Amino acid sequence: MGSSSSSMNDVPNGQQLMQETGFSAATILRLYERFDFLDKDKSGQLRPQDFGELRELALNPIGDRIIGSFFSPGQEAVDFTSFVRILAHFRPSETNRTQKEPANSSTRKLKFAFQLYDQDRDGKISRAELLQVLRAMLGMQVTEEQLQSIAERAIQEADLDKDDAISFDEFRKSLEKVNIDHKMSIRFLR
Amino acid sequence: MPSMAGSHRPASFGKTLPERGLLLLMVLVFLEGSVLPLGAASSPDVRHQAKLDNSSSPHAGHNLTKKPFPVLSLDYHHIQTPFEISLWVLLASLMKLGFHLIPRLSSIVPESCLLIVVGLLVGGLIRLAGEKVPPVLDSRLFFLCLLPPIILDAGYFLPIRPFMENLGTILMFAVVGTLWNAFFIGGLLYAVCQIQPTNPSNLHQLELLPCLLFGSIISAVDPVAVLAVFEEIHINELLHILVFGESLLNDAVTVVLYHLFEEYAGVGTVTVMDGFLGIISFLVVAVGGVLVGAIYGILAAFTSRFTSHTRVIEPLFVFVYSYMAYLSAEMFHLSGIMALIACGAVMRPYVEANISHKSHTTIKYFLKMWSSVSETLIFIFLGVATVDGPHSWNWTFVTVTVILCLVARVIGVVGLTYVINKFRIVKLTTKDQFIIAYGGLRGAIAFSLGFLLKREHFPMREMFLTAIITVIFFTVFVQGMTIKPLVELLAVKKKQEAKRTINEEIHTQFLDHLLTGIEDICGHYGHHHWKDKLNRFNKKYVKKCLIAGERSKEPQLIAFYHKMEMKQAIELVESGGGVKLPSAVPSTVSMQNIQPKKPPPAKPVERALPQLPKGREEEIRKILRSNLQKTRQRLRSYNRHTLVADPYEDGFGDLLIKKQKMIELEKKIKDMSNYLTVPAAPPDSPTMCRARLASGRETDFKPAQQQKGNTVCPDPQAYSTKPVSDSVPTIQVDLASPQSPDSVNLMDEFRQAGQQQQQEEEQGLMMKPPSGQSGPNKPGEADGSREQQKLMRCLSDPGPSADEDEDEPFLP
Repeated sequence: MGSSSSSMNDVPNGQQLMQETGFSAATILRLYERFDFLDKDKSGQLRPQDFGELRELALNPIGDRIIGSFFSPGQEAVDFTSFVRILAHFRPSETNRTQKEPANSSTRKLKFAFQLYDQDRDGKISRAELLQVLRAMLGMQVTEEQLQSIAERAIQEADLDKDDAISFDEFRKSLEKVNIDHKMSIRFLR
Repeated sequence: MPSMAGSHRPASFGKTLPERGLLLLMVLVFLEGSVLPLGAASSPDVRHQAKLDNSSSPHAGHNLTKKPFPVLSLDYHHIQTPFEISLWVLLASLMKLGFHLIPRLSSIVPESCLLIVVGLLVGGLIRLAGEKVPPVLDSRLFFLCLLPPIILDAGYFLPIRPFMENLGTILMFAVVGTLWNAFFIGGLLYAVCQIQPTNPSNLHQLELLPCLLFGSIISAVDPVAVLAVFEEIHINELLHILVFGESLLNDAVTVVLYHLFEEYAGVGTVTVMDGFLGIISFLVVAVGGVLVGAIYGILAAFTSRFTSHTRVIEPLFVFVYSYMAYLSAEMFHLSGIMALIACGAVMRPYVEANISHKSHTTIKYFLKMWSSVSETLIFIFLGVATVDGPHSWNWTFVTVTVILCLVARVIGVVGLTYVINKFRIVKLTTKDQFIIAYGGLRGAIAFSLGFLLKREHFPMREMFLTAIITVIFFTVFVQGMTIKPLVELLAVKKKQEAKRTINEEIHTQFLDHLLTGIEDICGHYGHHHWKDKLNRFNKKYVKKCLIAGERSKEPQLIAFYHKMEMKQAIELVESGGGVKLPSAVPSTVSMQNIQPKKPPPAKPVERALPQLPKGREEEIRKILRSNLQKTRQRLRSYNRHTLVADPYEDGFGDLLIKKQKMIELEKKIKDMSNYLTVPAAPPDSPTMCRARLASGRETDFKPAQQQKGNTVCPDPQAYSTKPVSDSVPTIQVDLASPQSPDSVNLMDEFRQAGQQQQQEEEQGLMMKPPSGQSGPNKPGEADGSREQQKLMRCLSDPGPSADEDEDEPFLP
């Protein structure tokens, strides 16, 4: 840590963020330092290239999607508040909630994941979108036909209203056996 | 007596089948009880000579007195040991059979209790017969023969993901919990034994160290008992893995404590240094055990890479390597159980990728069989050993032990959960804690460890054994019997039996990647980061080494998908073919009947509809049968050394394709409102297509709908499209002949099948879009696939639904 330790006062909208997202002060500070670290040109905003510097993320099959999810459609840069808001989805949920629908409820987590699939934001994962994801994850190791078969089968299984696409509810249903609160939580972000 | 068969005859016992079964069992039990002492009683030198044939009379004049040649003689001693072992195994298996014949009984009382009772009966019978009860629960027999199959079964089929996710919790319970139990029980027992001012019994002689030793023996939760009881209550995965994992991992702690206290009980003191060495010893025992297991596991995986020509002995490698891992660990006094678990868990993914389907089934069934018999035997032997004694009942000691066990367990679980919940994402609720505490059953391991104690060092040995047996009985009977109703009462979440879907698989992997990415953004090297690194390492180096051939490059999703397809194909065959087909499938599907002109919709439907299920079914059955017949024919030769190279698996390849096609075809045809102008296979078409492909031209077919305004097909050799009316979409089918050099992988499979009929069928079935045309593809045929794309372009299936067009962008 080269820079001097910052306090909550340095963080823009620190208190408000804490309220909104439920993060503890320590976490907000940590995230601020991380934001600062990623922000190479110290402009107070992150650009896609800044994310691209992370080596591991480059290796991630869906890395570019994840980076894209931080930026609202049309925006070129993301500031600290939005950064924290996105990360708030991954906070471990607690049993007694003060807010009605906090950022880290399991529905919101799932919605976030769903939006990563659904790039055109039409509320459904079409076959094409599913194929894109499969291709990204499986890469060059499989043939096109195999991808098509898998996508076909996945849609067959999940698509209950027979519209040949997976809606959010169908998505949620297919993941009902998975404990989303556990799976999509990062302990670090308490 | 309520009769199951519904007969209304009043109360004649033994008339219904289950009751008869029970009678038979009783008779058998008596027989067993009587034969065993008989065997023990027969002296080696008795040979009965039954002269059925009095022909040969002794010749005079021989020096030796010649006895008549024994035609029939009895020599029990010759076969005594194997015979007795077989008798025991037979008894165990028959018992297991019997309990399931009587459903009422098995729903109230868990199997383990019944088996102990049977053991008691048998022991009692042997005692009554006046014979010495054989020392069946001999520690060597137990640890070397009876325990390993159960542990291997558990380790090989251990669900890795939940185990790893909860590893921290499990370790806490196993290590800290067992330590706490041991010291609490041992210490308090010593205290209680000391305070007996009015009644100075021999309890006063009990030193601290033997008490602690006793505490460590009795504190370990027993995997056999836990498995036996938890298997029947179908509790949710989390609780199951917590209790079960704890019972497996506490072996290391038990081993260390046992050896530590046993060593020094004679001497009388344990210093801090010894304690420190004990901790180091614990690490060595645990980590060493896991390492030994992992090494053997990797060896087994590596060996399985080369077994493609000797499929018959594949399962043997799995068993032998695992057993050797166990024995090697035991040799160094490391934890054999952990070695076995590690071996099974490490070798499984690689071995399963290498071995044949049949071997996989064999391994599964053998493991289940052995572990089942072992478990049954263990419980029966517990019963027998109880009768055997020697016992020394001491009210104080025994009751205090039982109470302390319960109390220690509850306090331990509650205390530990409080600490653990601070670190867990999904907290453990009170209900969970109760079940974990209640599920802490003791079993035969405790007894065997007690049995191992030498009398010279431990004059209290009998008292210990009695107490151990009482605790075991208490936990197995009382806790075992009541846990099921309690689970119902508390409405604890049960195991979800649903199958794993491919959606779940895809989305879970997606989420893994997502979480890894987010962790990277946060700069946090968490759980997902390391898991991802491990996966990458596995894929890059380990899989190449340990998995044979092409499958080393197969991603997990594909393997999963294949498995699912295989399962469905098997189901399809077993259900007899097309029973599930919708009734709207026209018989244009039936291959050769492709009419040159537009058939009135009524006709094909007519032909299809009424018999549809039957007619279609017959065709499919014929296809499947012909396929399977070919594979079965090859099995005619019996040769111990070679199994035929899994024809079933090759046959399934074809089955998968067919099934795939059938499903897709149904879908397409369902979508189509009208039927097809399918030009009958004209003589030119295959040639044309072949030529087209061979010329490598970029064929640029568009679906007929799009071509409506454009009657000129870019390829002059193509069929001219008939002027289409809006209502009837035309399908331009350019049937690829099987001899096409650019044949698709499919074609290879047809060549294997080698029947004209099939080729025709495939041709007929090829009127559909390229999606998912072939089932298991051989990856890596890059060139072939590119040509294949071109072939796909030949087949244009307009279909009324728009989303067919979406397939286009993805073809290169």
